[in-house]
Amino acid sequence: MIALSWDIWHEMVAHSMVELPNEACGLLVGHLDGRVVAFHPCKNAAESSKLYTLDPRDHLRIDRAADDAGLAVIGVVHSHTHTDAYPSPTDVNQAPDPDWHYVIVSLRHPDPAVRSYRIIDGVASEEAITVTSDPS
Amino acid sequence: MPVSVRLPTIMRTHAGGNSEVTAEGSTVGEVVEDLIRQFPGIAANLRSPEGGIHKFVNLYVNDEDIRYLDKLDTKVGAGDQIAILPAVAGGAA
Repeated sequence: MIALSWDIWHEMVAHSMVELPNEACGLLVGHLDGRVVAFHPCKNAAESSKLYTLDPRDHLRIDRAADDAGLAVIGVVHSHTHTDAYPSPTDVNQAPDPDWHYVIVSLRHPDPAVRSYRIIDGVASEEAITVTSDPS
Repeated sequence: MPVSVRLPTIMRTHAGGNSEVTAEGSTVGEVVEDLIRQFPGIAANLRSPEGGIHKFVNLYVNDEDIRYLDKLDTKVGAGDQIAILPAVAGGAA
C-alpha cells in the first residue's frame, strides 16, 4: 500500500502533462511503510515518448537529501503517454529495487489514471493507493 | 587508502544494514573489488555476468558519474566518496 496526499497526486499528474510529448519521471520520498512525503520531478534523460531514464544526478541529489531528512527514496513515478497504467516488460525488467513502489500515470484517456505496483522477481502486482489529506 | 562508499538500499542488507561503508583502493575498480571481498552478497547487484559493472548501476565519485571520468580507472583518495545507485529506467516501449 502507498499513501499520499491529493497535492502529491496532482503534482504527479501535472508533471506528466507538462512533459508531453515525452514520458515524465520522478521519485517518491517518504517512509519505508509507504507513506509518501514528497514527489520530486526529475529530468527524463532519454527525452522519449516511449522510454524514460531518470537523470542520475537528480537521483543522487534526491537520495542524499532524503537520507539527511531521515527519509528514503521509496519509489519512482513515470508516465505512459499512449498506453494504460500497467508496467511494460521494460518496466518490469529494469525495476531496480523490490522494496520500491512503481507508480504509473497514464495519459491515454482524457482522465489521467494513476496506479501503483510492486515489482518483485520479475512479477508486477498492483497495490492500493490511499489518497489522504495528510499521509505523513 | 580507505574510501567511503554509499550503498543503495538494495545492497544494504548485504552490508549489515549500513548505508555507508569503507573500502580500500586507489581506483574505483579496486574499491569495488574490495567491497565485494567484504560483502560478497552485493556482487549480484553490482557486477554484470561478464565481469564489469552491471549496466543498471551508476557509480559516482564526489557526485561525478564515473562514465564521464575514467570509468573504473578513476582515481580515488582519502576524503573521496563513492556513491552507488541503481539506474532508474523503463517506459511504455
